[in-house]
Amino acid sequence: MALVNIKIEGQSFQVEQGLTVLEACRKCGFNIPSLCAFNHGECSRASCRVCLVEVKGARGLVASCVYPVNEGMEISISSVRASEARRASVELLLSNHRKNCLECEKNGHCELLEVAKMVGARDGVFEGSKTPATIDHLAPSLIRETDKCILCGRCIARCKSAHGIAILGFENRGFNTIVSPVENRSFATSPCIQCGQCVTVCPTGALLENSEISKVDEAMKAGKLVIVQTAPAVRAAIAEEFGEKIGTPGTGKMVAALHRLGFYRVFDTNFAADLTIMEEASELLKRIKNNGVLPQITSCSPGWINYLEYYYPELEKHVSTCKSPHMMMGAIIKTYYAQKHDLDPNNIFVVSIMPCTAKKYERQRKQMPNDVDAVLTTRELAKLIKRAGINWSKLPEEEFDNDLLGEYSGAGVIFGVTGGVMEAALRTTYFWLTGKEHAAINFDAVRGLEGVREAAIEVNGTTIKVAIASGMKNAKILLEQIKAGTSPYAFIEIMGCPGGCINGGGQPYVKPLFLPNEDFNILDTYRNKRASVLYSEDEKQVVRQSHNNKDVQRLYQEFLGEPGSEIAEKLLHTSYDINREKYPNK
Amino acid sequence: MAKIKTSDELIKKSNDCSSCLDAKFKGLKGKRAIVVCGGTGCLSSDSSSILKRFQELIKKNGMEDKVTANIVGCFGFCSQGPFVKIFPEETLYTKVKVADADEIFEKDIMGGEIVDRLLFVDPQTHEKASKQHEINFYKLQKRDVALRGNAEINPEDIEEAIGSGAFLALNKALHMSRQDVITEVLNSGLRGRGGAGFPTGRKWQFAYDVQSDEKYVVCNGDEGDPGAFMDRSIIEGNPINVIEGMMIEGYAIGAQNGYFYIRAEYPVAVDRLKNAIKQCEELGLLGDHILGTDFSFRCHIRLGAGAFVCGEETALLNSIEGQRGMPRPRPPFPAVKGLWDKPSVINNVETLANVPYILREGADAYAKIGTEKSKGTKVFALGGKVNNVGLVEVPMGTTLRQLIYDIGGGIPNGKKFKAIQTGGPSGGCLTEKDLDTPIDYDNLIAAGSMMGSGGAIVMDEDNCMVDVAKFYMTFICDESCGKCSPCRIGTKRCLEILEKITEGKGTMKDLDELKTLANVIKSNSLCGLGQTAPNPILSTMKSFYDEYVAHIVDKKCPAHVCKSLMQYKILPEKCAGCGLCARNCPAGAINKTDKVPAGKPETFPLRVHEIDPDKCVKCGLCQANCKFGAIIKD
Amino acid sequence: MAHLQGQAVKQITEIVERYKNERTPLMMILSDIQKEYGYIPLEVQELVSDLTGIPVSEIYGVVTFYSFFSLTPKGKYVVGVCLGTACYVKGSQLILDKFSELLKIKPGETSEDGLFTLDVLRCVGACAIAPAVSINGKVYPQVQVSQVQGIIDEYRAKENK
Repeated sequence: MALVNIKIEGQSFQVEQGLTVLEACRKCGFNIPSLCAFNHGECSRASCRVCLVEVKGARGLVASCVYPVNEGMEISISSVRASEARRASVELLLSNHRKNCLECEKNGHCELLEVAKMVGARDGVFEGSKTPATIDHLAPSLIRETDKCILCGRCIARCKSAHGIAILGFENRGFNTIVSPVENRSFATSPCIQCGQCVTVCPTGALLENSEISKVDEAMKAGKLVIVQTAPAVRAAIAEEFGEKIGTPGTGKMVAALHRLGFYRVFDTNFAADLTIMEEASELLKRIKNNGVLPQITSCSPGWINYLEYYYPELEKHVSTCKSPHMMMGAIIKTYYAQKHDLDPNNIFVVSIMPCTAKKYERQRKQMPNDVDAVLTTRELAKLIKRAGINWSKLPEEEFDNDLLGEYSGAGVIFGVTGGVMEAALRTTYFWLTGKEHAAINFDAVRGLEGVREAAIEVNGTTIKVAIASGMKNAKILLEQIKAGTSPYAFIEIMGCPGGCINGGGQPYVKPLFLPNEDFNILDTYRNKRASVLYSEDEKQVVRQSHNNKDVQRLYQEFLGEPGSEIAEKLLHTSYDINREKYPNK
Repeated sequence: MAKIKTSDELIKKSNDCSSCLDAKFKGLKGKRAIVVCGGTGCLSSDSSSILKRFQELIKKNGMEDKVTANIVGCFGFCSQGPFVKIFPEETLYTKVKVADADEIFEKDIMGGEIVDRLLFVDPQTHEKASKQHEINFYKLQKRDVALRGNAEINPEDIEEAIGSGAFLALNKALHMSRQDVITEVLNSGLRGRGGAGFPTGRKWQFAYDVQSDEKYVVCNGDEGDPGAFMDRSIIEGNPINVIEGMMIEGYAIGAQNGYFYIRAEYPVAVDRLKNAIKQCEELGLLGDHILGTDFSFRCHIRLGAGAFVCGEETALLNSIEGQRGMPRPRPPFPAVKGLWDKPSVINNVETLANVPYILREGADAYAKIGTEKSKGTKVFALGGKVNNVGLVEVPMGTTLRQLIYDIGGGIPNGKKFKAIQTGGPSGGCLTEKDLDTPIDYDNLIAAGSMMGSGGAIVMDEDNCMVDVAKFYMTFICDESCGKCSPCRIGTKRCLEILEKITEGKGTMKDLDELKTLANVIKSNSLCGLGQTAPNPILSTMKSFYDEYVAHIVDKKCPAHVCKSLMQYKILPEKCAGCGLCARNCPAGAINKTDKVPAGKPETFPLRVHEIDPDKCVKCGLCQANCKFGAIIKD
Repeated sequence: MAHLQGQAVKQITEIVERYKNERTPLMMILSDIQKEYGYIPLEVQELVSDLTGIPVSEIYGVVTFYSFFSLTPKGKYVVGVCLGTACYVKGSQLILDKFSELLKIKPGETSEDGLFTLDVLRCVGACAIAPAVSINGKVYPQVQVSQVQGIIDEYRAKENK
């Protein structure tokens, strides 16, 4: 990349051509406050007017988030004119913002508050009437409070770039503009897949997960046996909440924290991931042997299941009937585990810590109402830990409880990464078909389709083609092939969030303002660094195939019989609501 | 119609059509022609029925081969419409009604006698004028550049346009290199007529310099300034002239497609433009290999849907692309990355209407018109409190005084001139001291306003300048796209303060805040609309600071406009006691007193009335109904 | 949610087809639908979304952005009072207030009998005949407050015939 010479605050630098002024300044160690700019152009509307700087020769102030650097450019961030302008933009935003910062759920992560601090915003300037607000707390997964929204448009861009469905959009114009699903509906009455991607990019408290912390509190107070399980992706990101570098494994400390928070048992959802593979692989085997409906599609992402029900109900038969791992875990805890320990299942309260907001919706599905009692996101877990006064850095490393459901394989760990479920399932399917363990599978990008990858494996002389996609925009490509009857695949893995669960809607916030300088493409940064945590954990596991998990083997021997048995069907499988209306009457 | 395939064929066609026009207008072979104004103003006064009646009369009298009647574009002198003009004598009849058609036909067409009562009478000298050029309104105008063909040729007939010289400029351009065409426009000094006055040739040069297999030209006809209708009239009066301008531009920058973006509020303009494009296509003047050259070009029409901000060029592009009309950040500039991300030039209607003149007459001839830095003419929509309301085209450099008093005929009802607002919501108010300023881009900016697209609204002593600022702020607030925070929130805050002031609740501190806000919006907004939005506030605060203070400190609206700060009063010495006001009062706020009207005996049955200020809703109906001038605003 | 009748589906499909050779024709499609039906409800937006592949939220965003598009049916007679500068300085605000008072609706609303919708127009370009009122495209020049009742009666009378 060609370099250009620029001056920032009178100092000379060389930066790559093509960078924006904002990026160049951050790279050179100058932090300009900004709000709407996000992820190197994913959202670059230059709308918040917070990142204004002076550029010599330019007509007026320039929005550094969109203004490209060029040779000889002289940038002034600190001029009185620029700093007053930035402060005024922020103060105007604040004048139309519900400032209940102390109680706001976003407190501590609010970029608006951070920016207000940076520009020295004053209280009570430009006060006036506020845009009529909508407060939506109806949906199980997500809440929306438009009186906190600054109309940056990041959520809209994210929903569209991840899923192509663009649930959120701008409504009305001028001072009445809000960000909303159509007709200013609730997320609950819109075909929103509840994935929470929008929440991860919102700079303020306008979009949040629907917190279930109080439910957990009540269960604890009521003296229930509160059993917690954590999904694989949580450990890859939880440390970020405590100031550690992205990609720092947090497994041991997280378990230690959960023990201190008073949970009766701390389990790893990975156990259930192995269980899922047993069921899902056997289902696949059955379909292959009996000329059943193919390709089979994975079912562990509830965001994807919502998408199926709203947008492709006709493909229902392609989707595995397996519940997602944490729901299986809940079902097994309340049956097998309870029986083995002679516990009253009604006194057990199962909490799932998930990187996901859609799981909150999933646990309330009418098809499986009692398996899991509360779902907390990674962010909510961090809140619990902080609230309790636990010092993360002082925590020891502890192990998950090894109590019937303790063991897990490396296959289970990589569930958290796109392609992980597929790889885990293939390890087992291959073994069942050939009696041999399979080496690592390499997925290659399907030509011309970024985000869709495929692989072929040889099984007893026949080639099985498989594919993976994450984000509904990518999934759509594979689904359209199936609809057209041209899908060459036997098995497809679909994950709701781009990059899989490590980038889930319940994961720690992606905050461009607080990022290290080199991280321009935030998504890739997060994805790769978090994924590496899971891959390295997989490699460390002695048992790397689900069918070799001893606890799982015992569960089948003592309780379930074999994969797909009657009781397994009852506890571990589900059905889908293919008559879900996109826009039900409000 | 046979296609025109070469330059030679065009010139032949041009000569043929020109002869036809001559025959029509110069009365060759005893021909007579009736033209009726088809501008929106006259159409709303039913001028189409007038035309219909003439056509019936021609048919009834079997004079189809001798007399023609057709519609033409706007005469501009809208307050005197509808107009009927008779050729070859060029007799101009004003304020014609349908019922007058028979008389004109009988007396003038059949009898050769002028219908005296329908001639224009000068309100000052009371002299009658039978010809257009004798009327003061037209004397200082130069209506043959942008308004060329308006009120002359039939805008629905391409042959009349060709007869008046259309496409000769294009023909000339096609024989020049693209760069030479651009140089010609550069040399002419033409600046964009849409607002900021950026040199048109430079815009073209940028787009020309960018390499791309696809480029676009876009004509901005989203004339949203309240109080402006220049572009509409130009398209309605001579759509071919604008199409020709666009084609020359397309040729110059290397575009194959041109898009007209027109307000949906202008159905007549849209229909005439559609019709003109169709006729051009039929003649092969739009399409592939125009006039036998390698130049191929097509025109498309897109309609606005009621959003002022779409007049901002990048918002306009978004609108064409089927999105919310929210402006894009710049850079990249449209000349590099415009419509569908291809290099594009966006020019306003009037700008394009100037282009054929420049190519036909030459840059030098064009540059002779106007001032040193602003060349050519400017069309203004002269409106508000001025006698001669209408559409005028004057050379740059004409003074505001000439515009208001010589052309506009001064202020009606002997009222005092207060301000002239130019530049629409982005402009400002100019006062008495600016009246002798020659109109050009730089002078208007220096005086605290701007050229804008050409709305010129005259205000008299009855207009409250705080109310005017509030009016523009209401407009901007409604029309702000909501994308960037300074405009979305800042204009709302300004409006709130202005509302406070006009309701008598303002403080002097509010004035400081207003000024701060205005400057923030100006420096921080994303697009031109936002950056200029505070101008009406800044300019009225500068020139009419006392009026603001009167609202705040004295709690008075000197012009008696702000309802909270004024009341209606019945002057007892003038009240005749007729009770018409009371009968018409919607609020039942007018009561009889026991006083007898001045000069009447006690036995007189009627009594003086008075207004109960607590009940009065200040609708003004009483004042409108009073025949004795007894009701005043205080 | 009410679903569209076959006839409407056919008509809207036809409108979308009309512009199949145009690039990004959404505005044209919506304009035609608005003209044809008087409003663009969500069901219709969903259908347009299916036919064009444009997300409903984007279509909805466009519909709510432009003042010509309406989510609810407009009255049989759309009364537009021009509040352009030329009309405003000649008192059109008073005309608007009078219509509002007599029709008992605020600007943007439709009367209960579905007969009248009152709209604010932003300059119809008829500044020379200010203040102007436009009713279903017919322009009334130089309207005075005292004429408003008569204009309304004119349309009421049409209905009673």
